Amino acid sequence: MAKVSPKRTPMKEQAPEVRRHNFDEVPFGYTPEEARAEAQRCLQCKKPGCVEGCPVQVDIPGFIRHIAEGNFLEAMKVMKRTNVLPAICGRVCPQETQCEGACVLGRKMEPVAIGNLERFIADWEATQPECVMCEIQPATGKKVAVIGSGPAGLTLAGDMRKLGHEVTIFEALHKPGGVLMYGIPEFRLPKAIVEREVNFVRSMGVKLELNYVVGKLKTVDELLEEFDAVFIGTGAGLPLFMNIPGENYLGVYSANEYLTRSNLMKAYLFPKYDTPIVKGKNVAVIGGGNVAMDAARTALRLGAERSILIYRRSRDEMPARAAEIHHAEEEGVEFQLLTNPVRYIADENGWVREVECIRMELGEPDASGRRRPVPVPGSEFRIPVDTVVIAIGNSPNPLIPQTTPGLEVSKRGTVVVDPDTGRTSKKGVFAGGDIVTGAATVILAMGAGRIAARSMDEYLRTGRW
Amino acid sequence: MVKILGKKLLAHGVKRLELEAPEIARKARPGQFVVLRIHEEGERIPLTIADARPDEGVLVIVFQEVGKSTMLLGTLNEGDSIMDLIGPLGKPTEIERFGTVVCVAGGVGTPEIYPVARALRQAGNRVIGIIGFRNRELILMEDEMRRAVDELIVCTDDGSNGNKGLVTDMLQRVIDRGEKIDRCFAVGPVIMMKMVSLLTKKHNIPTIVSLNPIMLDATGMCGVCRVEVDGETKFACVDGPEFDGHKVNFDLLMARLKTYVNEERQAVELFRQAQTGCGCGRREA
Repeated sequence: MAKVSPKRTPMKEQAPEVRRHNFDEVPFGYTPEEARAEAQRCLQCKKPGCVEGCPVQVDIPGFIRHIAEGNFLEAMKVMKRTNVLPAICGRVCPQETQCEGACVLGRKMEPVAIGNLERFIADWEATQPECVMCEIQPATGKKVAVIGSGPAGLTLAGDMRKLGHEVTIFEALHKPGGVLMYGIPEFRLPKAIVEREVNFVRSMGVKLELNYVVGKLKTVDELLEEFDAVFIGTGAGLPLFMNIPGENYLGVYSANEYLTRSNLMKAYLFPKYDTPIVKGKNVAVIGGGNVAMDAARTALRLGAERSILIYRRSRDEMPARAAEIHHAEEEGVEFQLLTNPVRYIADENGWVREVECIRMELGEPDASGRRRPVPVPGSEFRIPVDTVVIAIGNSPNPLIPQTTPGLEVSKRGTVVVDPDTGRTSKKGVFAGGDIVTGAATVILAMGAGRIAARSMDEYLRTGRW
Repeated sequence: MVKILGKKLLAHGVKRLELEAPEIARKARPGQFVVLRIHEEGERIPLTIADARPDEGVLVIVFQEVGKSTMLLGTLNEGDSIMDLIGPLGKPTEIERFGTVVCVAGGVGTPEIYPVARALRQAGNRVIGIIGFRNRELILMEDEMRRAVDELIVCTDDGSNGNKGLVTDMLQRVIDRGEKIDRCFAVGPVIMMKMVSLLTKKHNIPTIVSLNPIMLDATGMCGVCRVEVDGETKFACVDGPEFDGHKVNFDLLMARLKTYVNEERQAVELFRQAQTGCGCGRREA
């Protein structure tokens, strides 16, 4: 075998000064030559750590070997055995802590760019006249209802359909995809790609009911009269606020609202699209996670002169992926670290005009293991702003728990399940994704969908709970 | 797609649509609302459910043409379709036997209070209705309301219907004649609900108002509809839309409703230009 290059094949991307003014996707993707070169770096380990690091256990060396040999079609077949959403995963999975984090090359050099290759193979398929179909088992006669068409629901739906069950997804919004559609911006995950992968799940025979609010139109108990099993994948959709003075002033958004306007409703194209959004000049985003990065970068693209990220701990504690932090910095997002807002100040019409902040320092570690931020007395200062986006997290949407008697819910509002099976306290009802874990990642939700699918299939075949 | 089964002009700029929505019609309760989206580029518009006929699978909405989207909605006719309809949303009105209740509505609040008034009467309450409009031409649903309540008072700001005054003046009269009011319901412009609540607070009459903040998803996901009730932030879409009128911060609601006035004005101008500029001669009925 030829000597392995220590560096991964870089993926070309839009220059920061260009992309901060448009909503087009940042990286361009690999060419077939680049993909083959990168795939040839894979050592094809006998006991691959990458597969164990993947929440849905994609046969990573398998698909990479086919790419290395230039057999892209075969690579896609391998991929679709375990993952029906590869174009999405290749873009938004935190590979550095999963598959790539476990790559043996990573001990001495850069790990194989598994995410880039996954993205490549999915995008390659989109250019082909036909896509690879999954094998569907003979019909079992069992009916499954899935609540929510986000990553958890789509994965479970795909898995259950492959096993021959009849699957219907109920989605409250007017577009399928959940957080993939309303939350993650176009420049990170183009909506056409989400639509393509959702359409693939549909093409497998999964039915999709949009504009259907379970809990209002039908309860889980009513669904159980029609369906043999129900999966709850309704996500963490309830935005948290800090409950500090002035949070309800005009121009103060939750990240969910800001991103939903921009992503789902395409407010950045107003007035071609009807939904408006405030195009602030000085935007403050509160928080340090991926959603905060998405909001801060969206603000730049909407025309902000300053996009300032305010985070109460230091850079080391930021929950956002390193790549997202890097992209935000490159584009000119300013970081106010160890800083926390204490109140907002408005003009006479109620529009936010300033945010008053306080400096923080790190004290003893807290329950999360991270050092607890403590305010520095007398360090208050103000930043002029005309838009504020609060991105400090979400809690689970309470609608289903409130309308489902017998469903055990934790103090935090999450649905309680057996982590090995996704089974809830209610017979025939499974749950997974952010509604169980609280706000987490796309791939963890997909992993939960996969676990629940395995257990649901067993339940439908045996009837044993 | 949701089909429009019927359309009626109720007053200048106020229209009523009957929509084919059997599942929503079956579940809808007084006080709840729907969200609709007209077309692919459209915004999500929250509208109170004015009536539901479950046997026929019909859901009724009434709207005033105040912005681009409602103007566009007003150009649609029987046989046309809208893209999306979501509901029923929000908590239903708490309907109990309270005794004597007064249902107060201003303008297009009337079709919203109509199903509430009717349900309250069916529950055994004596219902006094007070509906107010700017002038005689804008009076809505007077006959339906008269049938739904025990006593109906219709007033106009300019007195053109022979009964001049604001709904609060009429409510004051009802109080002054010694009527023991057990509960008041108010739906309409924010300033009207505020004035009604101030009046009933003075007289210790429990009062429920139905709030109409800006909404987006309307399922509890975005928080744009946050209102302050008793000093606490609530989401009108899932915690409401009805709240204790004596505890609502109406001034904050009025301010927040102005968030997009400039954008709304721009959209209306563009819409008007498009309507008059195309030369196709199409005008609304």
